Amino acid sequence: MIRLGKRPASARPPQPDAIVIGASAGGVEAISVLLTALPARFDIPVFVVQHLPRERPSLLADIFTPRCARPVCEAADKEPVARGTVYFAPPDYHLLVDRSDDGPLLSLSSDEPVCFARPSIDVLFEAAADVYAEGLLGIVLSGANEDGSDGLAAVLAAGGRGWVQRPAEASSSLMPASALARCPQAEVLGLADMAARLAGMPAGSSRKV
Amino acid sequence: MSDTRISGRVADIELQLLIEAIYLKYHYDFREYAGASIKRRLTTAMDRFGCKTLSQLQDRVLHEPAMFPALLEFLTVQVSEMFRDPSYFLSIREQVVPLLRTYPSLKFWVAGCSAGEEVYSLAILLHEEGLLERSLIYATDINAHALQRAEAGVYDIERIAGFTANHQRSGARTSLSEYYTAAYGRAIFDKAFRKHIVFSDHSLATDSVFAEVQFVSCRNVLIYFNRELQDRAIGLFHEALCHKGFLGLGAKESLRFSAYAERFDEIARVDRLFQKRSPA
Repeated sequence: MIRLGKRPASARPPQPDAIVIGASAGGVEAISVLLTALPARFDIPVFVVQHLPRERPSLLADIFTPRCARPVCEAADKEPVARGTVYFAPPDYHLLVDRSDDGPLLSLSSDEPVCFARPSIDVLFEAAADVYAEGLLGIVLSGANEDGSDGLAAVLAAGGRGWVQRPAEASSSLMPASALARCPQAEVLGLADMAARLAGMPAGSSRKV
Repeated sequence: MSDTRISGRVADIELQLLIEAIYLKYHYDFREYAGASIKRRLTTAMDRFGCKTLSQLQDRVLHEPAMFPALLEFLTVQVSEMFRDPSYFLSIREQVVPLLRTYPSLKFWVAGCSAGEEVYSLAILLHEEGLLERSLIYATDINAHALQRAEAGVYDIERIAGFTANHQRSGARTSLSEYYTAAYGRAIFDKAFRKHIVFSDHSLATDSVFAEVQFVSCRNVLIYFNRELQDRAIGLFHEALCHKGFLGLGAKESLRFSAYAERFDEIARVDRLFQKRSPA
């Protein structure tokens, strides 16, 4: 049976229950600043879409694992979401989040590219917004296309928060600038500020979704 | 850019009602499909049909005869390519074909064959390996329109360059151009393949096993199912497979979270080939 969401009428929690990050050109360096800042006690799940060539296996999890205090892996279909784990979308598949009786699950899709991208940031952000609602933080980083703008709008419409990398600081400014044009209410931050805020998020804040 | 979005409590209720309505009226069972993907597909369909809510879509699906087949295209059609993930086919040649050679006759099941790209890829591989003459391929899908396209074996000529590049990387022994005729912007695959292929309507959600086979290929179909339905489908494959039969899945599909994880051996990790384990 399709799971119905539990949507408590409560206000936005003080800390997010989950974080989604989207990046394209110039994104790997930006993601690196954020992920290496996560402390060992960090217990919020993080889902990342970084646009990559579809032909090759992704090395992102291998690159980040030795540099991060938290586990980093490539998302597997129907894998239960674990706290404090960083999941990268695999190349050539969309990454989505689904509900189950045992809590959120990762789900993959081979549907058509969105904004010429698979994985698409919009697809991840929209699915995660549906599951985590006001508990979601969406972060749009460097990139040279408009993927992520609709997704961030969905995060905000569901009551979640949005951070956008300061376009002047991003090595490719189109993606963050597009996200800000679509979502003027999102916070504009430099990478160092984002990293410091993530590092300061207290452990044990995640609610069960 | 689309502003259509299925979210919120009411939309979740409408989604469940629509899925139930489709099941009750048309006997297509999407109740155990993964929710996030089906929502995306329905969002696209709502845009196309100009429906503002899932309730509007449900009304039209129940009352307009042409509507359900059109919606089914959105819910089921999977765009693939011939020899997608060429190394999968290379692994079949290296790891599976030597064992297949030991059988006097062979049966294959391509489950969720959509428009047939995977079926012709397998048939061409078997032809190249000298096994096609003794082979029968069951190609099944729930979408009758997709099955018709698969049976026709006609693809846009623009796609052939990609198919050819994939084929070459799959350990090809021949040129893909030997198997199709190009005309009017289309490539038509050799009708001789069809005497080795049975195209048939079959649902992994509601139907049962129909034959014993040596090999099941089901790629990028299970990701659209929830875990319960994945287990049902893998159970069908397990039942259909002969002793030591082979199962091939999509590049990012696994048996890790399945109830059948212990009943298969992984024989090619990256290429997702599994072999049915002997009963202990």
